[in-house]
Amino acid sequence: MLKINNLHASVEDKAILRGINLEVKPGEVHAIMGPNGSGKSTLASVVAGKEEYEVTKGNIVFEGEDIEELGAEERAHKGVFLSFQYPVEIPGVSVTNFMKTAINETRKAKGLEDMPAKDMLKLIREKSELLEIDRKFLSRSLNEGFSGGEKKRNEIFQMAMLEPKLAILDETDSGLDIDALRIVANGVNKLKSKDNAVVVITHYQRLLDYIVPDFVHVLYNGRIVKSGGKELAHQLEEKGYDWIKEEVNA
Amino acid sequence: MDLKEKLVSSFLAFENKVDIDAYVHDVRSDAIKVFEEKGFPSKKEETWKYTSLNSVLKEDYSVFPKQENALDYKDVKKYFIHDIDAYKIIFIDGKYSSHLSQTTHDGIDVCLMSAALSKPKYQLIIENYFNKAAEKDSLSSLNTAFSSEGAYIHIPKNKVVEKPIQIIHFSTGNESATMLQPRNLIVVDENSHVQIIERHQSLTSNPVLTNSVTEIFANKRAIVDYYKIQNDNENASLIDHTFVKQSRESFASVHTFSFGGKLIRNNLNFYQNGERIDSTLKGITIIGKKQHVDHNTLVHHIEPNCESHQDYKGIFDDRSTGVFNGKVVVEKEAQKTNAFQANNNILISDKASINTKPQLEIFADDVKCSHGCTIGQLDESAMFYMRSRGIPEKEAKALLMFAFSNNVLSSVKIPELKQHITKIIANKLGVDLGFDL
Repeated sequence: MLKINNLHASVEDKAILRGINLEVKPGEVHAIMGPNGSGKSTLASVVAGKEEYEVTKGNIVFEGEDIEELGAEERAHKGVFLSFQYPVEIPGVSVTNFMKTAINETRKAKGLEDMPAKDMLKLIREKSELLEIDRKFLSRSLNEGFSGGEKKRNEIFQMAMLEPKLAILDETDSGLDIDALRIVANGVNKLKSKDNAVVVITHYQRLLDYIVPDFVHVLYNGRIVKSGGKELAHQLEEKGYDWIKEEVNA
Repeated sequence: MDLKEKLVSSFLAFENKVDIDAYVHDVRSDAIKVFEEKGFPSKKEETWKYTSLNSVLKEDYSVFPKQENALDYKDVKKYFIHDIDAYKIIFIDGKYSSHLSQTTHDGIDVCLMSAALSKPKYQLIIENYFNKAAEKDSLSSLNTAFSSEGAYIHIPKNKVVEKPIQIIHFSTGNESATMLQPRNLIVVDENSHVQIIERHQSLTSNPVLTNSVTEIFANKRAIVDYYKIQNDNENASLIDHTFVKQSRESFASVHTFSFGGKLIRNNLNFYQNGERIDSTLKGITIIGKKQHVDHNTLVHHIEPNCESHQDYKGIFDDRSTGVFNGKVVVEKEAQKTNAFQANNNILISDKASINTKPQLEIFADDVKCSHGCTIGQLDESAMFYMRSRGIPEKEAKALLMFAFSNNVLSSVKIPELKQHITKIIANKLGVDLGFDL
């Protein structure tokens, strides 16, 4: 589904990703861990199409197609979704209206008519129940005055609405209490199928107790320096990242 | 002959044509003298530093409408807030159109300035209020000298006017270039409440220059909500002077939506004469090409325990230019004043510019006054966020602009008007939002 080959990316001439190789197949869950500043969020943003990053080398292939020249919205239309670490506040635009716009723009890109209002309402009801989201919440301005937990839950609600093929969750666990973490993880797990894939970016092992990865990768200094199964996450939780740094620097 | 000479020399002919009421005659005669002496303002004057009238004054304007023109309602319906029941005072090329209007004398007066200036039953109101709020600057004086037509609204005490009042000035381009000088007088007595929507609309590509004066009196505990829609075509320019005089415990708001026109200058002055007065001045400006919008506001706090709220948002594209000059004066007696002023701007293009200048003159020592102005670009991270949800760049930009203007839009109290303005903005940005904000 996703194949990243020798990806180098920089922002304002500062190299951040220095040769990432990663392959994600349908049905898989990958975790990307690593110390602060290792390039995790950059990787997520580059795959989703943030323009301030420049891909200097390598490529990103999604479903057999090179996507690094595509705009963020075109990648979204193809089924790439990024759950933001810091979702942006949009005053005056309700959660519901934002989702209607997102879904209908995606349909338009695929040559489909707008989703009938009745179907839209049904979909919203269904997915908001999945994330245990209150109806009143949906008429509030997007992310404005939301708590950290509400923001993240809203991100996964959007993912549920858009049904992406590839979901990248960037630090979705940060700022969540244990109940919110459970709801969010439960939502992600229910949305998982053999046809889609999830990449979880996290600093801590905590979320991985709920969303169990098939593969764990450690990102350090812009490269994946170690890959393994879910036991690698436990090892990192116990021992921290220093031993990895030492291994790399040796 | 330049425009000033032309105006001054046509004054006598004008006075001979209209009914002469001694009081108004004196006011007009004094006013033409002021204009003759001061002339059109130039960039040398501090408050005109960033707005040059040269490009609009060079046309050979016809200063009196010569013939009446008819318009079919269906052709101009889109300029009305047509989905609500409203009183309407409509002018075509400066002349009243009875056909498009719906006036009333039933308990309230929603009618014409020409009637108010000539009929004895209005004489007392005219003598008490006409030209009593307007400044004696050159352009207001010019309007006063030629004042003959416009809206006259008098709401006696204890009346809540259920229907909004729409005032629309159409110009049709009968003349190769037209100058219009509408004059509105609005008097709202004790405990009364009225909502007014005003619009100037040119239907021609011929140049139109409107020099408009509106005087609004909000008497004790009155509530006045005034909305200005400025979405004219690129050959129409507007110099608007609105003077709001408030008595104690009154509430007055003016919202100015500036989306189109060649040059727009808004002089908006509020005078608080009493305690516990609330004044609200809000505006959204969204322009592009070579358009120019200048907001020049004044709030004069004279007595204690009053508030004023100013919130102006501006979005400037292409080579458009904006000016915000907001002055707040708090007199020594005006203790416990709360005065807020915000002016936030987004420059979409690096050729666009805005000059923003808050001016606070505070002589009282126990007040809360704040002002803030910002100039920025569209938030890139918000753009990325929306695009990553599949919303294309143009639509994402539009949503961000709505979000940016939301504070002002959300305080529009007439839902149909809010929807109308939302649609104008969406059309302007070339998007179909598919939902109402």
